[in-house]
Amino acid sequence: MADILGAEVDEEGFLVNLSDWTKEIADSMAKDDDIELSEEHWDVINFLRDYFEEYQIAPAVRVLTKAIGKKFGKEKGNSKYLYSLFPYGPGKQGCRFAGLPKPTGCI
Amino acid sequence: MAIKKFMYLNRKASYGTVYAIESLEVVLIAAAFEQDVSLAFVDDGVYQIVEGQNTDGIGMKNFSKTYHALGDYDINKLYVSAESLEERGLTEADLMPLVYEDEDDDWAEKPSIKVVSNADLTKIMSEQDVCLSF
Repeated sequence: MADILGAEVDEEGFLVNLSDWTKEIADSMAKDDDIELSEEHWDVINFLRDYFEEYQIAPAVRVLTKAIGKKFGKEKGNSKYLYSLFPYGPGKQGCRFAGLPKPTGCI
Repeated sequence: MAIKKFMYLNRKASYGTVYAIESLEVVLIAAAFEQDVSLAFVDDGVYQIVEGQNTDGIGMKNFSKTYHALGDYDINKLYVSAESLEERGLTEADLMPLVYEDEDDDWAEKPSIKVVSNADLTKIMSEQDVCLSF
């Protein structure tokens, strides 16, 4: 089984135990995808983690887009902005960095 | 694609069988298709949205918090059978205060739950294009 900084991940790179997550793991996952995590990335990652804590699910992209726009301003509430941060998909890649399972309904 | 009216009918309690969580997952996945979705809670299904669930003793995941996310998914028609509540000694006050934000009304929070008689529910069901029972 593969691991990142000693934390076990599944075949798609998602953490097996959500409690293993650290900021360093997120940084390391991003680095493997050639991404340097900026404050804007962390806004989304932290939002995803808060959402999961509150509702026990990762939000669908549509829900995430709407909520980010509401929280951080309209110019950020669109998929173009979110894909510029997470080119492999804000749901899939963002949730992976955030240490969450793949969003429900995400293929 | 024409929008169809989908109703998910929930008849069983949250834990003990897999029906409740499977229904919830299907509802959330299907929400991506932007259809006209409503949920109905009848018989023991009313227990799914009772406030204050605690699964510590049975070692299962407490997924009741997830019902609060339904509003984000534009699922805001949750019909609850008045008779089913009464038969179990429950009232609307025992249910989770599930709300949604109305985009057309300056994001005002509005209740998603409507307690209806079985006769009214029968009528609502007859207006659906698709009814899925769990």
